[in-house]
Amino acid sequence: MSFTNGIELLEICEKSNKKIYEVMIEKEIEDTGLSEIEIREKMTESLTIMKEASLKGLTEDIKSVSGLIGGDAKKVKERNEKERSVCGPLMSKAISSAMAILEVNAAMGKIVAAPTAGSCGIVPGTLLTIGEEFNLSEVDLINGLITASAVGFIISRNATVAGAEGGCQAETGSAAAMASAAIVELMGGTPKQALDASAVCIKNILGLVCDPIAGLVEAPCEKRNAIGAANALISAEMALSGVGSLIPFDEVVEAMYRVGRCLPFELRESALGGLADTPTGKRIKKEILGE
Amino acid sequence: MKNYSMFDVIGPNMIGPSSSHTAGACRLGKVAYKIAEGDIKKVTFLLHGSFGKTYKGHGTDKALVAGILGFDPDDEQIKYSFQMAKEKEILFSFVEEDLGEVHPNTAKIMIEKADGKELSILGSSIGGGSIIITEINDLKLEFTGEYPTIIVSHKDRPGLIAKTTAILCEYGINIAFMRVYRYHKGQNAFMIIETDNEIVPEVVGDIKKVAEIDNAYLISIK
Repeated sequence: MSFTNGIELLEICEKSNKKIYEVMIEKEIEDTGLSEIEIREKMTESLTIMKEASLKGLTEDIKSVSGLIGGDAKKVKERNEKERSVCGPLMSKAISSAMAILEVNAAMGKIVAAPTAGSCGIVPGTLLTIGEEFNLSEVDLINGLITASAVGFIISRNATVAGAEGGCQAETGSAAAMASAAIVELMGGTPKQALDASAVCIKNILGLVCDPIAGLVEAPCEKRNAIGAANALISAEMALSGVGSLIPFDEVVEAMYRVGRCLPFELRESALGGLADTPTGKRIKKEILGE
Repeated sequence: MKNYSMFDVIGPNMIGPSSSHTAGACRLGKVAYKIAEGDIKKVTFLLHGSFGKTYKGHGTDKALVAGILGFDPDDEQIKYSFQMAKEKEILFSFVEEDLGEVHPNTAKIMIEKADGKELSILGSSIGGGSIIITEINDLKLEFTGEYPTIIVSHKDRPGLIAKTTAILCEYGINIAFMRVYRYHKGQNAFMIIETDNEIVPEVVGDIKKVAEIDNAYLISIK
């Protein structure tokens, strides 16, 4: 059940009439020797950490280590509870949850890198929200995480999920692609639709640079986790409606990798370009790091 | 090509904010803790490159100290490691230093033990929380800690490798990778043995009993 890219994954799914998560579980069993029960137990642990991080960020007073961010997720949540949200309650919940988890990460709390710590809010923020809104079971959510991991695996293997290599498109783009595929499968979409949604996610933010202020995983990372959650939901909505991706998933991943390689060093997590290099960005850096 | 597990993608489970600056730093500290075998009195962390520039904002300092206390990268006590080290009367300090042509996220950990013994470990955090150790006591070597790893420090004499591997054979342990290093012919040497099986402490105990083997450590990190 081994696959190395999207085409091979879809072939296996179609031939055996299986969902992406089923194929991914078989691959994991082959690669690691773990049983399905052990794999599911491990993923349940990950899901628990995700739930706790989201709850913590949405209910406690969070302040990041540097003091740059904290409390923003709560603001979005409170507005959604008090007033009519501009983008609808589900979207509002998803973005506040994604922000909450990133805030917990920035405050040295416990999270699951998915696929990285800098993009750790997107997959859980969207999946937990979809789970709540559609009354999904824990087993469903674990299946969703496994589908997400299959997409992340393909991107890691054939391109990169590291901001230092591919910019923010590689981090929050991959996270959104993972989340989107999971949402499509959970909502009854086909494996092909799932990968179309992933492709669209990456296309939507192709070229996005990684320019963290003072080099910290805080700003603009928190807001890009919010937009990543929105990206995942929007792309899933399109795919489930039958809107495909003109460029196939594998080719989009390859394009993302090549664009990442074209990005100068300054725009790949070095904190030397983009927002980090603005007068305000530089002032904040001086204040925090004292340079 | 590395075979990615789904838990490499959805994972690691860790304390934020950065897999390379926090989780990886904690693992580097933990390797030093394992090799020191307790009774640490004083630690100096030499921080190179990005580690040196951003260690405060990323909690790299707290994670390194937590590692020295034996914590794993997903332990929520990492945040309080300074206080806990002080309670254990372990002195620690951080020095930004150019360590030469090494990975941007590299630390040299210099330990003084209560009995006066000193040791040093050089290692890098190479992304996603993964690490590589490249020197122990200034001897160049290489291991990642991704496999259960036994480090044997011994005299460079004929037969010691055979005696060590015979013990592993008795316990049914399969060696995935093995390398040997030495300072000079006939002097102090190291074996690095990475295995496919979990290793019970008795294995290391048996290896330690072999004549002319100075010490053996088990490195198993999350």
